[in-house]
Formats: sequence, C-alpha cells, structure tokens
Amino acid sequence: MGGPAQSEPADAGMVIVGAGQGGLQVAESLRAEGYDGPITLIGEEASAPYHRPPLSKAILAGMMEEAQLAIRGAEVFERQRIALLTGTRVVAIDRPARQVRLEDGRRLGYRGLALATGARVRRLPITGDGLDGVLGLRSLDDARRIRAALDRAARVVVIGGGYIGLEVAAAARKRGLEVTILEAADRLLARSATPFLAGFYADLHRGQGVTVALGAKVVGLDGQGGRVTAVRTADGRTHPADLVVVGVGIVPDTALAEGCGLACDGGVLVDDCARTDDPAIVAVGDCTARRTSSGALLRLESVQNAVEQGKSAAAALLGRERPFTAAPWFWSDQYDVKLQIVGLSADHDRMALRGSPEERRFSAFYFREGALVAIDSVNRPADHMAGRKLLDRKAALTPEQAADEGFPLASLTR
Amino acid sequence: MAKVTFIEHDGLEQVVDIPTGWTLMQGAVQSGVAGIEGECGGSCACATCHCYVDEAHVDALPPPSETEEEMLDCTASERRSNSRLSCQIRVSDALDGIVIRLPEAQS
Ligand SMILES: Cc1cc2nc3c(=O)[nH]c(=O)nc-3n(C[C@H](O)[C@H](O)[C@H](O)COP(=O)(O)OP(=O)(O)OC[C@H]3O[C@@H](n4cnc5c(N)ncnc54)[C@H](O)[C@@H]3O)c2cc1C
Ligand code: FES
Repeated sequence: MGGPAQSEPADAGMVIVGAGQGGLQVAESLRAEGYDGPITLIGEEASAPYHRPPLSKAILAGMMEEAQLAIRGAEVFERQRIALLTGTRVVAIDRPARQVRLEDGRRLGYRGLALATGARVRRLPITGDGLDGVLGLRSLDDARRIRAALDRAARVVVIGGGYIGLEVAAAARKRGLEVTILEAADRLLARSATPFLAGFYADLHRGQGVTVALGAKVVGLDGQGGRVTAVRTADGRTHPADLVVVGVGIVPDTALAEGCGLACDGGVLVDDCARTDDPAIVAVGDCTARRTSSGALLRLESVQNAVEQGKSAAAALLGRERPFTAAPWFWSDQYDVKLQIVGLSADHDRMALRGSPEERRFSAFYFREGALVAIDSVNRPADHMAGRKLLDRKAALTPEQAADEGFPLASLTR
Repeated sequence: MAKVTFIEHDGLEQVVDIPTGWTLMQGAVQSGVAGIEGECGGSCACATCHCYVDEAHVDALPPPSETEEEMLDCTASERRSNSRLSCQIRVSDALDGIVIRLPEAQS
C-alpha cells in the first residue's frame, strides 16, 4: 500500500463533525477499538460535549449546575488524544479530495469522516416567531435563555405537546408559574406515544394545574415593543404569555450531507452499521434516518440511538461490522413520574396493563400478532429493564402473563 | 469537596476530587473513570453507573430510593449488598476518602 497518496494530506485521520453525544461516542469508540491515529472532533457550540436531557429537566428546575452537564473533562480528551475543536463550524465536505472545510476557510483532510450534526428546532411557520420571549430548546444556550425567562415570567405557554414541551411545562409548573400547553393534534405525544400513554400524561399535567388544550392550532403570536404577549389559536382564543416555548419537533441537520450529495431521506441515510452510501463516511444520532436490515426507515431521537450508532460508526470506520439492532429505549422525567419506553409501539394490535395508572405505577405492554413489540413503564423501572431483555431476546411473553403481577418477567430472560 | 477512590475491575485505581453536590457518577465520568458509563446522564434510567461502595461507608449514605432499588435489581453485573447507582449518590464532606469499586460490566 505504501504511504499516503500524493493528493492526501499527511495528517489525514478520523474527523468527526458535531461534538455532541454521538460525535463523542464515535471518537471514544475509535480509541476503544484500538485506532491509534489522529482524531479530530469538531463542534460549533462553545461547550465541550454535554448531556442534553437534563436541559429540560434538572437545569430548568434549577437543580443542577451547568458544570455538571459535561460528559468528559478536558484532561480526558488530552489523555485519549482527541483533538476537540469547539466554536468551530464545518461548512462543506469535499468528498473527491477527502477534506472538510471550516468556516474560517481552513481545510482538514480525512481518512474517515463521521457526521454527528444532530438536529435543529423546528420553527413555527407563522408571524411573530421572531419576537423576544419566543424560545426553542435544543442547546445549553437555549436552556440558559429559557431559565432566565422563567425567573421573570408569570405566564408560560408551551406550543407542542411532545416530550420536550411536556418537560418544560413540568419545570415551569414546579416553579409555581401559570402554564398552558397548546397541542394541535387531538392528543399529546401524537408523534411518539400511544393514545393510552398520551391520555395518562394529559391527566397528569391537568392534575398539576396545567391547562392542556388539545386540537389547539396556533395561528399567530402577538407582541408589544418586540416582546411576545400572547398566543392566538384557530378557535379564536387568545392565550396571554410572557414566555412562549416552542416544542414542535426537530429537523435533522442534513445540510452538510446534502451539500456533498450523500443520500438523505428525512435524515442522512444509514444502515444498521451507521454507514452512509460513501464508504469513507458514517453518520450517527439525531441527524440520521436508518434503513434497517428489515427494510424499515427508522428515525430515532434519543441518547441510546446516538451512543449505539456511535459505537457502530467507529467500528465501520475501521472496516468492522457492529450493527445496532437492540430495541430502542428512551426515558422522560416529569414531576415525580419516571417514564421509560422500550421498543416501537406504533403498529401494535393489543395492549396489556400491569400495575395501576391511578397510583402512577404501571407498565403498558404492547403486542402485535401475539409478539411483544414495546413497553411503556411509568415508575416501574424493573419492568422496563426486564422488558429490554425480553425484546432483545424475542422472548415469548403473552398478554396474560404481562398483566399478571404474580408472573415474574425475569423468568423469561434467564 | 471529597476525595473519592475509584477502583476499576482490573484493579486500576483513580483518585478524583469531586465537588460537593455533584454525584459520584458525574465526578467519575468527567475524569474518565472507565468503569462507569452513565449513559442516561444521571436520570436513574439506565443502570450503567453501578458501583460497590466500600463497606466502611455504606451506612453513612442515605438509603436508595424505590426507583434506585428496582434499577439495582437489573444491573449487568452481580448485585451485592453494597451495590448502588453512583448517579444517585451526592458528594458531601462526609464522603471524603470513600472507596468505590466498579463492576466487571455495565451493560
Ligand atoms: C432538551 C432535550 C431533552 C432531551 N431529553 C432526552 C431524554 O430524556 N432521553 C433521551 O434519550 N433523549 C433525550 N434527548 C435527545 C438526545 O439528547 C439526543 O437524541 C442526542 O443528544 C442526539 O445526539 P447527537 O450527537 O445526534 O446530536 P447533538 O447532541 O445535538 O449534537 C450535534 C452537535 O453538532 C453540532 N453541529 C451541527 N452542525 C455542525 C457543523 N456544521 N459544524 C460543527 N458542528 C456542528 C451541533 O452544534 C451540536 O452540538 C433530549 C434532547 C433535548 C434537546
Ligand atoms: S447514570 Fe443512568 S442510572 Fe445512573
């Protein structure tokens, strides 16, 4: 093979674009897999990689300091010889030259490239989206702005009843603020949860004194002196607000991938091994859409997905196959309710309930054609953990067993 | 602030200064202690921050919550009487000098 080709810069190592949960995992897994060459992890945010989930939970509630968010300390990057470039944006990928171009014009050669660019908050296609006091939540900077606004606000309107919106609503309500959730669909969590779970969460929030308006389509935002004052809905109602948090989903950040002609379909297209259609490029996390070995197109937005794809991607860059096939899992904390989800419930045909929704301690088991496909656990962590094993091992649990508190779930996983 | 000694399964020892109010998990992952993953970031949702607390200190800690109890039943490595989730243990001066042993596997 000889030395590097003439056209390739001598320092061409592994380059990772996006220094979030997924990007960091690729870098560390490369080292864990024994790769010894240069690794450059590039992120446009000022901070080193940090945990995003607490942003809408402990950080907004004021129960956690920013310093506690960091995933790794600076010396860990040094020790692992991972060059971390923060505050640095990659603006283009030159695939024929195997280089990325940075905002300041610098170019960096790569032998393997990982895209871990995450996602951006979806904006509302209505006037007033740019008013002061209208905020989305994706980054630490966003969380800082929302936390400062919560300190001054009395009335908070959350647009969108997804997980982020619900968690923000819970944090605001815990601070004693007046909170309204406006959801255009006829239930909460319309994109991701079953009607049963959505109903539970609507009751939970209402029980805490939050106004939950379903079928409430936002048509405009009113402001005064450049600051938001109210949200208007299609039914002609006006909801006064001094803080509006928009949580209507995210848009995978595929700009770089599209710019260099990589296949995208609502996300950078990858297989179970995180490979794109360019053998030198992998992609992980929220920016991806995964074509699974069974042919389905999966879009997941979760820590587990970023971590597992990160491990797969590092292996793929080194020419190894490490498919991510485990059941997807996710959690959400609202008030004193811990939700843990495993599997995909979208096309279930039967549900079995274990425990008591009234006591806020239950698991909903979902089946399709007799096979377990997903479990939503509320304050039942043991069910969730057993469920992960049940799903990964395709264990034969029946709806009757699931509903029978006396039946030991773990007996099927040994 | 407390000095905490983490001993990985293979015997590798690392002493970490952890600020008061932080969790043992946060101190460990930020210092790159390899035996703790902390995938959920401390939400008591993943059980990849399992640890064995030095017997001399076990009783000094507030007992695990119901949630932690249930998660501890599902750790990847064996649960022992001194098993805890390190993300649920907050550091105070009282923990200075504590020794934490890490299990063979977290997932
Ligand atoms: C508020 C909040 C709460 C959440 N709660 C949960 C939860 O409870 N449970 C759960 O499982 N998941 C949760 N998630 C989702 C989880 O955090 C994400 O799925 C995960 O962080 C995705 O990781 P990622 O690496 O794909 O993207 P990110 O972590 O978003 O990282 C992408 C990074 O790439 C950078 N970037 C983008 N383009 C460029 C470029 N051109 N050049 C340089 N850098 C670039 C971005 O600035 C960003 O820092 C939550 C997310 C948020 C925002
Ligand atoms: S870090 Fe996930 S349970 Fe402790």
